[in-house]
Amino acid sequence: MSRPTDPAVMTRPVGGDGVEMSISTDMIRRGAIVAPVIVAICGVVWGGDGAWSSLYGIAIVFANFLLAALLISTAARISLGLLMGVTMFGYLLRLGLIFLAVYAVKDAPWISLPALGATIIVTHLGLLFWEMKYVAISLAHSGRASDAPKLS
Amino acid sequence: MEALSLLVAVEEAAAADDAKNANAAIGAGFAYGLAAIGPGIGIGYLVGKSVEAMARQPEAAGMVRTTMFLGIAFTEALALIGFVVFILLKFA
Repeated sequence: MSRPTDPAVMTRPVGGDGVEMSISTDMIRRGAIVAPVIVAICGVVWGGDGAWSSLYGIAIVFANFLLAALLISTAARISLGLLMGVTMFGYLLRLGLIFLAVYAVKDAPWISLPALGATIIVTHLGLLFWEMKYVAISLAHSGRASDAPKLS
Repeated sequence: MEALSLLVAVEEAAAADDAKNANAAIGAGFAYGLAAIGPGIGIGYLVGKSVEAMARQPEAAGMVRTTMFLGIAFTEALALIGFVVFILLKFA
């Protein structure tokens, strides 16, 4: 039997700290470490244009993570219902912003679209898998905080 | 007569180019549209279930929010892959 839920809970703020911001800043910190490697690889494969495009792609991924975390943690401080709405519309908003960010530079002389695309996918997924490892460890050791490795 | 056949050949080549561009645009539109719909459904389902979990067990909200945020980012990666296919088809 599932426990009945009080409908008023949807209008209350969500408990817990703003974990999204800490996850997001962790990913950006790790991304800053590997960014020179990604830029160098793109520079070797696609030349100078590839390096600049890769840098732009990394900036897009960082901005996307930050904006997502900011939207979700702000909405969670207000209410659970708003969290649901903001997450869905935030997804649409961020997709639109990424499209605009790429559309704005598509004809720039320094852009290499294959390098930009590859960087966006590899950085986004790579940072997520990297972060997932630490989050999984900290969730598995949640009752034994002193033994658990730190999130960052 | 030769000039006329040359003109027809140029017209046919232009029409073939138009058709190719139109097909690329349609393909790019489908790639982006379909790639955005799937993750949209996925994120809706994920967030709906997470909100339900937080409403039922507010004490577990921190853990649920952590996994929800990572889940959203992973689901969004699918849309980004579709987006990259779109920009390569449309602009490259």
